[in-house]
Amino acid sequence: MHSLPILSLTIWLPIIGGVAVLGSGDKAPNTSKWTALAVAVVTFLVSIGLWTGFDAGTAAMQFVERSPWIESFNVYYYLGVDGISMPLIILTTFVTIFVIIAGWEVIQYKPSHYMAAFLIMEGLMVGVFSALDAILFYVFWEAMLIPMFIVIGVWGGPNRVYATIKFFLFTFFGSVFMLVALIYMYFQAGTFEIVASQSGLPSFHGLRLGMTEQILIFIAFLLAFAVKVPMWPVHTWLPDAHVEAPTGGSVILAAIMLKIGGYGFLRFSLPIAPDASASLDWLIIAMSLIAVVYIGFVALVQQDMKKLIAYSSIAHMGFVTLGFFIVFTILAKDTATSNGVLGISGGMVQMVSHGFISGALFLCVGVLYDRVHSREISAYGGVVNTMPLFGAFVVFFAMANAGLPGTSGFVGEFMVILASFQADFWYAFLAATTLILGAAYTLWMVKRVIFGPVANNKVAALKDANGRELFVLGSLAAAVLVLGIWPAPLVEVMDVTIQNLVQQVAVSKIPDAVGPTVAAVQF
Amino acid sequence: MTNIYLTIVLAPLIGAIIAGFFGGRIGRAGAHWVTILGVGISTLLSLYVVKRFVFDEQEVFNGAVYTWMVADGIRFEIGFLVDKLTALMMAVVSFVSLMVHIYTIGYMADDEHNWPKDSLAGRNGYQRFFSYISLFTFSMLMLVMSNNFLQLFFGWEAVGLVSYLLIGFWSVRESAIFANLKAFLVNRVGDFGFILGIAAIAMYFGSLDYREVFDMAADPARGFADKEIDLFEGVSVMSLICILLFVGAMGKSAQVPLHVWLPDSMEGPTPISALIHAATMVTAGIFMVARMSPLYELSETALSFVMVIGATTAFFMGLIGLAQNDIKRVVAYSTLSQLGYMTAALGASAYAAGIFHLMTHAFFKALLFLAAGSVIIAMHHDQDIRNMGGIRKYMPYTWITFLIGTLALIGFPGFSGFFSKDAIIEAVNASQVGGSGYASVLLTIGVFITALYSFRLYFIVFHGKERMDEHTRHHLHETPAVVWVPLVLLAIPSVFIGWITIEPVLFGDWFKDAIRVAPEHDVLAHLGEHYHGQWAFVLHGLTAAPFWLALAGFIVAAYVFWHLFSKDPQIEEKLRGRVAWFYRMLDRKYGFDDFYQKFFAAGSRGIGRAFWAGGDQAVIDGVLVDGSAKTVGRFAQLARKIQTGRLYNYAIAMILGLVVLQAIFVVF
Repeated sequence: MHSLPILSLTIWLPIIGGVAVLGSGDKAPNTSKWTALAVAVVTFLVSIGLWTGFDAGTAAMQFVERSPWIESFNVYYYLGVDGISMPLIILTTFVTIFVIIAGWEVIQYKPSHYMAAFLIMEGLMVGVFSALDAILFYVFWEAMLIPMFIVIGVWGGPNRVYATIKFFLFTFFGSVFMLVALIYMYFQAGTFEIVASQSGLPSFHGLRLGMTEQILIFIAFLLAFAVKVPMWPVHTWLPDAHVEAPTGGSVILAAIMLKIGGYGFLRFSLPIAPDASASLDWLIIAMSLIAVVYIGFVALVQQDMKKLIAYSSIAHMGFVTLGFFIVFTILAKDTATSNGVLGISGGMVQMVSHGFISGALFLCVGVLYDRVHSREISAYGGVVNTMPLFGAFVVFFAMANAGLPGTSGFVGEFMVILASFQADFWYAFLAATTLILGAAYTLWMVKRVIFGPVANNKVAALKDANGRELFVLGSLAAAVLVLGIWPAPLVEVMDVTIQNLVQQVAVSKIPDAVGPTVAAVQF
Repeated sequence: MTNIYLTIVLAPLIGAIIAGFFGGRIGRAGAHWVTILGVGISTLLSLYVVKRFVFDEQEVFNGAVYTWMVADGIRFEIGFLVDKLTALMMAVVSFVSLMVHIYTIGYMADDEHNWPKDSLAGRNGYQRFFSYISLFTFSMLMLVMSNNFLQLFFGWEAVGLVSYLLIGFWSVRESAIFANLKAFLVNRVGDFGFILGIAAIAMYFGSLDYREVFDMAADPARGFADKEIDLFEGVSVMSLICILLFVGAMGKSAQVPLHVWLPDSMEGPTPISALIHAATMVTAGIFMVARMSPLYELSETALSFVMVIGATTAFFMGLIGLAQNDIKRVVAYSTLSQLGYMTAALGASAYAAGIFHLMTHAFFKALLFLAAGSVIIAMHHDQDIRNMGGIRKYMPYTWITFLIGTLALIGFPGFSGFFSKDAIIEAVNASQVGGSGYASVLLTIGVFITALYSFRLYFIVFHGKERMDEHTRHHLHETPAVVWVPLVLLAIPSVFIGWITIEPVLFGDWFKDAIRVAPEHDVLAHLGEHYHGQWAFVLHGLTAAPFWLALAGFIVAAYVFWHLFSKDPQIEEKLRGRVAWFYRMLDRKYGFDDFYQKFFAAGSRGIGRAFWAGGDQAVIDGVLVDGSAKTVGRFAQLARKIQTGRLYNYAIAMILGLVVLQAIFVVF
């Protein structure tokens, strides 16, 4: 046990800090901004302790904190991280800093409330990633929506009411089914512990469930997580939410919130219902590949930069779910040289990388929007003539989005394509179309916005990115480069956890069954 | 040696970083000096490496620099494999790059005229250009020095990135940013196949390390030679892998039907046309296939495929060169055609001949491009050959060096191109692989076409009437020494490199460690039995068909484009009128561009709109989301009617409910 409760600090520091910033109000906006920044930076520094103190040699939960919360229902305040959740927590604390800085001069209306919303959201999201008790998880999961709802609703664009309601209904629709599943499992297990039970009762991961139960639980989780990721066809809330959200909201939405869906598949769906996952993997794979191809085409014809990047996010998240669910096909094949770890690792790397890249791209759109107040591609042209430094960053992040080797965008896609080839040639074939489609929609936008002669007077009057903006973009660019040139540290820190996960999903959970996962239900 | 290899790749990278990030501070001279220094170091050290291989029996180096990652039992590494194939490529790449760096000082000297006055993008354009070409040199060296497929793909995409940046260097020109997007996307189509090929290797070999993969492929116990896959009936694993990898090469080395980007890439400044789009990057595909010779030897299907694609490119792209009037585009189609020759050589298992032609071509084609650029400078950036003529009087160095390049290109006996092209044609003649008859005919006739378009260009530009306007003629003069000295330095190897190196490279054991050829495919060994020194080779060449075809091409060109043309500049138009259908076909480039534009570009936008409007907006949002929201609304309307607020309504409902419940209890 660690003497310092790092996880609790990472959760509560920003929440308490956020409340304090909120309380300080807008009488001295600079003080509240600096306080918010200080809180975000300190939280990040604290969370670094998770990385440095992490033992990559074990799949067990680390930095565990556990104390009773609602004893009559066996609910615990139970936290811990493994190789899957730890990188996502650091991603959260890292990105939040830049969201705070990006809103610095731009947010004129109640800046302290804006900053506070993001700090509170940060704490809640870290809570989602570290909760090991299902009720605690569910509370964080739902609570996290509230600040985002407010951010879009208060600082959003003209059509924000439609967008917020759509966002809320979609996500809420998914999560009620998850709640039912969690309660059902509580009745089976007698505890809400998701993993690593300390109460002597079987944790959710330890439960043996029949095929029908697994299928129902799997579908309940799928509804919750597929909306979050979002997967085709429950993705249409995302472009609307992005378009209406202020820049910071888009960044957090794309960089962190979508990852919570992917995280859910790894923490709940796969280990709790491996047999159902194996039976229904074709469904997820099909939805993922449709996301890559279909959404790639849809992204191509978008006129609004934010919508384009939003659709691009959906296509990139398709790689995440594809990487997660090809594991069963690979395990079933005796010709494969992989054991499925590559796909899941690739999906994880893709999540982290997408956090940097899509966050940076939304920030880039924000830089332009702050100056011209338009997100339409046709409102721009030849921006590089007046904003050369900014133009260089856009081209860099666009290349990263197109999966150029040397950037983080390549690593995850490469791993997933390699892994999906092991599962099926046609999976890899369809997934690899992203090389063409991803480059087409991203670089075509770059061509129309950044390159060319100066299109109009507004572009001619643009001022290049200022120091604050360059700092934000530069930091994210550094992250994208480091992860692209040397992904080994990230991959290694996850490796044992993912290997353990693969071993777990390879074994059937059906009562009395011994041996490998069975795909009993054939459709 | 590790430190030397590291220095060779890192010196240009450091130069690129300094010139790129601190270009404003160090100024123009600072930028070109720092990058020339970096590339100069690479060149000297590369030549030193070659020297060690030639004279000091240098051992092959194969080692990792660092581990990129380890996942699922596969080690992904960054590392170098330096054997004689690599050494040759390193020397060619760094030397041509150095020449281009020096030349660029002159070519880009007045770059500010290419930008609108108030464009900030053009402000440090000179420095940025040097940064890009040094970055390119780094990427290309990483590509050729790689010891694994991952790093190969890194270099592969990195050179593509720099190519994209440089084709679109003058980003205010619509034609330039159209061309660079097109180049990147067409290359991505190739990379699509390439990455699937790499994935196939990872699956079947469980490794991405060249040495391990090649050893496994050669091991009869593993039986890769005739392993079938269940996916496609009758296709062997090796055929699938090799063809997928070759699709990547078709993109990068601009083979039909993925060639369409290369002519458009001429929108970039001329120095990069010479460096990237003639001498080095476009030959990456040739290098890759030669490097993978242990794999290609296991699939005759793939070899046939390679040979047919190569020969088709060589012949039909050369023909288009006849119909072009832009000085750079003629040379670009010539490059396509020559890349086809190299590819055909690979298909005949004459990998050494392909690499040999790659080397000689790198020198003479870089020379031709740079000389063309010299003409373009003197012509104030007018590239239309119909406005030129008689330039030899004004630009003696450019004239002579261009002539040397042309002679090397058409294979004038004794010049470097003669040896390499003759070897390719002989090798394809001797090959037994399917399609070799077709390839052999096209490549042989191609020699005539090559001579015809080359001398057409030469006579129209340098001889005949001076057709430029008075102002241009008045200013016409030889370009400064930074421009013509690199021409001379490239002209020297264009003449001699073939003579010097044919023996070890083609018929000796220079590539013994690097290239594996199955005995039944080994056409070069067969040719080597009849090889008795350079003189005999030249004399034999004088009696063979290619020489007479080249001579015929020269004579036709001289008659039409020198003799007739100087009397009547309209002669070409008249001649074309007689074969109008043929000319129109060439002018439209066989319709590839139109087809791609309509079918792929417009087609995918159409699909995108259909998916978006029909799928996302109509079905998902319209029916499912907003539709269900409306349905809920309608139910709510109904439910509201039940909530009447009248007590007797509720009472009736309660009684009915009780009755129903009791009935249920009674029945069950």
